[in-house]
Amino acid sequence: MSFIKKSPWMFHYDGSSCNGCDIEVLACLMPMYDIERFGVINTGNPKHSDILLITGSINRQNEDVVKTLYGQMGNPKVVIAIGTCAASGGIFAECYNILGGVNTTIPVDLYVPGCAARPEAIIDGVIQALDILEEKQKQRKKGKVTK
Amino acid sequence: MNTVFYTTIGYILLAPFVGGLLMGLDRIVTARMQSRVGPPVLQPFYDVFKLFGKDKLTVNQFHNYYLVCFFIFILVSGSMFFAGNDLLMVIFAFIVADVLLILAAYSTNSPYSSIGAERELLQMLSAEPMILLSAVGLYMVTGSFKVSAIVSCEKPLIVYLPGVFLGLTYVLTIKLRKSPFDLSTSHHAHQELVKGITTEFAGPALAVIEIVHWYETILLLGMIYLFFAFNPVLGVVVVVFVYFLEVLVDNTNARIKWELMLKSAWMVTIIVGGGNLFVLYYVLRL
Ligand code: SF4
Repeated sequence: MSFIKKSPWMFHYDGSSCNGCDIEVLACLMPMYDIERFGVINTGNPKHSDILLITGSINRQNEDVVKTLYGQMGNPKVVIAIGTCAASGGIFAECYNILGGVNTTIPVDLYVPGCAARPEAIIDGVIQALDILEEKQKQRKKGKVTK
Repeated sequence: MNTVFYTTIGYILLAPFVGGLLMGLDRIVTARMQSRVGPPVLQPFYDVFKLFGKDKLTVNQFHNYYLVCFFIFILVSGSMFFAGNDLLMVIFAFIVADVLLILAAYSTNSPYSSIGAERELLQMLSAEPMILLSAVGLYMVTGSFKVSAIVSCEKPLIVYLPGVFLGLTYVLTIKLRKSPFDLSTSHHAHQELVKGITTEFAGPALAVIEIVHWYETILLLGMIYLFFAFNPVLGVVVVVFVYFLEVLVDNTNARIKWELMLKSAWMVTIIVGGGNLFVLYYVLRL
C-alpha cells in the first residue's frame, strides 16, 4: 500500500473562473462534505501538495503562473481540471485573452466536468486521482520519469 | 548510567508514537469541534510516510544541514529532559534548535519563509522569558534545576507555583504554534503567508519538521507534568486536559497581531509568573 493514497494534499488555483467552481471546491472542505476524511488538506503551497486543482481557463496573464506552480510541485503529482472552463475554456473560450483549457499549458490527468462542477463530482475526481498518484509513485520507484 | 541510557532511548523511540497519536487525536477533536468527521487517527503517520516518498526539493546546500542540526538539538533537548538532566540546559538546547530552524528558513531567501522566520523569532521572544521563569520557580521550590530532583520532590509544586503554571500554559500556545499565536506557521489553512516558516520545505524535509513537532510537543507537555509530579495520575490527567484546552483555544480564536502577542505574553510573564516568584521570595521566604 502506498501512503500517497492516504494523504493527498491539495492546492487550488483559480485561473479565469467565474468563481462558481471555486466556491464548489471550497464547499468540499466544509463540514457538509469534509474532504479531510480522506486525509486531504488544502495546503495553499505548491511545494507541499500532491494534487493541483485548477478551476477556470488559462489566459495570457496566468499562463506563466500556472507553469511555475506546476514546476514547484514535487513528484509524484497530478493535475485535476475542474469545470467546463478548465476543460476547454467554457463560455470564456471565445474571449480575446483566453488560451483555452488547462491542457494548453500543463498536462492534465483528470477532468471533472460541470458548470459548476458539483462538490460530489469534485470529491469523486480527487478519489480517482489517488489511483493515478499511486501509479506515478510506482513508476517513479522503478526509475521511470513521469510528468 | 543505565537508566539514563534507557530513558534517552525510550524518549527517542516512543515520543514520535505518542506525539503522532496526539496529533491524530488533535485533528479528530478539531474536526468534531467544527462539526466535521475528520481524518483517521493515524493520519499524521500517513502524512509523514508520504512526505518521505516525495521528491527532495532542496533550495540550497545549507538548507538540509540546518534542518538536520535542528532535529539533533531537539533530540538532545528532549533526551536530557527525560533523562532527568539540568532543566536550564534543556531549555537552552531547545532554543538553539528553534534558532536553527529559523536559520534554515532564512537561508532560502523566500519572502514567505523569511517573514515566517521573523515571526518565529518574535514568538520565541514572547515565550522564552516565561519558560526560563518556570525553571527559576521550580528551582526556588525544589532547590535544584535537575529534572530528576524536581520529579522526585515530595512537595505539591502546583500549590507553590500556580502563577508560574498558568503563565507556562499561556506560552504553551505560542510554542505549539496554535491559534491565536500561530503567526509563524500553522497547521490550518490560513493562507496569508502560504505556510510561513515551513513554506520552502518539501517532501522529506517537511516530514522531519513534522516529526520534530511531535518531539517538541511531548517535551513541552513534560514540562507541564513537572508541576504535578507528586501524583503521576493527576499529572497525566492535567497534561491531557491542558492539551485539550489548547485545541479548544485553537478552534475558538483568530490569529492576532504580533504586538498583542508580545505584550500579552510579557504581561502574563511579569504579573502572574513574576508575581508568583515575588510571593515565594518575600512572603514565603523560600
Ligand atoms: S465551469 Fe462554469 S461555474 Fe465553473 S468557472 Fe466556468 S463558468 Fe464558472
